[in-house]
Amino acid sequence: MKTQALEIDREALLAQTLRGEFPDARGRFGPFGGRYVPETLVPALDRLEQGIRDILPDPAFKAELDLQLRTWVGRPTPLTYAATLSRRWGAEVWLKREDLAHTGAHKINNAIGQGLLAKRLGAKRIVAETGAGQHGVATAAACARLGMPCTVYMGSIDMERQAPNVGRMKLLGAEVVPVTGGDKTLRAAIDEALRDWVSDPNGTFYILGSAVGPHPYPYMVREFQRVIGVEARAQMLAQAGALPDVVVACVGGGSNAIGLFHPFIPDTAVKLLGFEAGGIGPGLGQNAASLAYGTPGVLQGCYSLLLQDEHGQIQETQSVSAGLDYPGVGPEHALLASIGRLGFAASEDDESLEALSECSRYEGILPAIETAHAFAGARKYAQKNPGCRILIGLSGRGDKDMPTLQRTLLKGKI
Amino acid sequence: MTTLITTGTAQPRDGISTAIKRAAASGRPAVVGFMTAGFPDRAHFTQNLRAIATEADVVEIGVPFSDPMADGATIQRASFASLQGGFTLRWLLEELERLQPRPQAPLLLMSYLNPLLAFGLERLPEVATKAGVSGFIIPDLPYEESADMRSALDRVGIALVQMVTPVTPDARLRMLCKASQGFVYAVTMTGTTGKSVAVPDEILDYMDRVKSMSPVPVCAGFGIRTTEQVMRMQGHVDGVVVGSALVEVLERGEDPAKFLRGLKP
Repeated sequence: MKTQALEIDREALLAQTLRGEFPDARGRFGPFGGRYVPETLVPALDRLEQGIRDILPDPAFKAELDLQLRTWVGRPTPLTYAATLSRRWGAEVWLKREDLAHTGAHKINNAIGQGLLAKRLGAKRIVAETGAGQHGVATAAACARLGMPCTVYMGSIDMERQAPNVGRMKLLGAEVVPVTGGDKTLRAAIDEALRDWVSDPNGTFYILGSAVGPHPYPYMVREFQRVIGVEARAQMLAQAGALPDVVVACVGGGSNAIGLFHPFIPDTAVKLLGFEAGGIGPGLGQNAASLAYGTPGVLQGCYSLLLQDEHGQIQETQSVSAGLDYPGVGPEHALLASIGRLGFAASEDDESLEALSECSRYEGILPAIETAHAFAGARKYAQKNPGCRILIGLSGRGDKDMPTLQRTLLKGKI
Repeated sequence: MTTLITTGTAQPRDGISTAIKRAAASGRPAVVGFMTAGFPDRAHFTQNLRAIATEADVVEIGVPFSDPMADGATIQRASFASLQGGFTLRWLLEELERLQPRPQAPLLLMSYLNPLLAFGLERLPEVATKAGVSGFIIPDLPYEESADMRSALDRVGIALVQMVTPVTPDARLRMLCKASQGFVYAVTMTGTTGKSVAVPDEILDYMDRVKSMSPVPVCAGFGIRTTEQVMRMQGHVDGVVVGSALVEVLERGEDPAKFLRGLKP
């Protein structure tokens, strides 16, 4: 239902993308991105943008971040050859192991990065949103380490389906605030975190976990997550002796995907494939696949592709995965998809759970349900492209998903 | 070209400043009354609008959105209820076009950007003009992103009201006051709509600063609920916006005109 077809010059935008020109000075990735926020937040975003310009390139900041990544997060994370999946799929399958990063997912890369930046900028407290709970746990851990008070907003539906992560956040010293308004999932949690930030834009720093939101968030999140792709690219060359034919990641808001993809963008021979939450089908309200089924619009600070009705009201989404259950997608993904640099498809609930089961059983790795969407997509791709070399972003581990897995894969089995 | 067409004739947006100045000239702050369209239900919309328009100098009609990030609990609740009740912007504009006789108070729409984008910037100005809309307040459209909307509304002389806040730096405050049309919406506090504010001296100083910079009238909004607050603001602003408190009056099924009468000093 593309009600508002965008007129874009794909060739020109692709050339600009390959030259690394996005985001531009207005925080745009081609037509997408920008900064659509209440006036109260404009000065705070200006300060953040200035802070990023001054602090991110500073050698002392870089050294501090690097030290935390090496000695606390556990980077570099390994690249694992998946021998059994390779045999079963008839492909060469490599896994970038963000599940082995501290707190169990890629989210920590961004949380510690933004936490250090917040401290440099003199923030007195941190707020964050969380869907699957991984960004909440990562932010709570970073705040505990850096000695800053932390409040995490989490939809009440997500608190139930990701219960283990709620307990972890509390142990790490964060206050977890249930969000019962709106859709009671990630989108409502972001709305509530923004409302908190609006109340104290000078003292509070909002650590946003996805590659969404107003500029400079999508850019900043990408910069802190790029480490995934930078490492993976070098590891592929060292361990596989070549770049992959295709790089695969799951896409909700898109932070792990952009982190993995970004360093490969100039390698035009390498295909990039994002798999979204296909839920139970292609109809509006049945999934959370904004690249596949969305139309352009403005939500939570940026212009991107959204799941909305013809009146511009954002629709509720459906997915077995709390972390992908979001009706929008990062503006850079919207651009990459629109110009054909990023391929995308939706993995439905059932096939994703099957893929989770397969990876667990044959590789000894229980991936997060979010991550399983990438496995389901990679498997289908491999079957159509025998012998291809696939790099999969294993964005997080699945321990947090036990309550959902008990109700689904394990139902009646234990 | 477009300015030539409208020059010399009164534009819809001029009515807003005129109504606010008229109230201020009578020795009291103008009252901008806010209602969420379609709340508590669509059937009573016209009746409630007329009741508010008898006492308010300007009426601000809220367009419900699924993600009202600048709003507090009351307007969130009203927005969700209205959407549940089948609200659409098309319905609202058709209702407004049918209003006979037209209310004397100028009408503004308060809408987040996305419902307006979905309606289409190409046809919004004409349809809004036919509906008798004099201005728009778009809380998630900062000045830097507003060029398309501004030129679309300029074409038909409809105001785009700018908001300023207590944390807006002086240089930006000056720029926003200059850009604002109809009036400047001076947000009383950092935060969402609805929470009552005490109006400390520094807020009055901030209002004075806004007023000294603004070529158009200044109205204070967010958290205005009592006559005492309105009296504290008198002399510092040209008007006050009464939002959540008025929506709560409608929610309780009480008379909005009586509530607004009671607010005037």
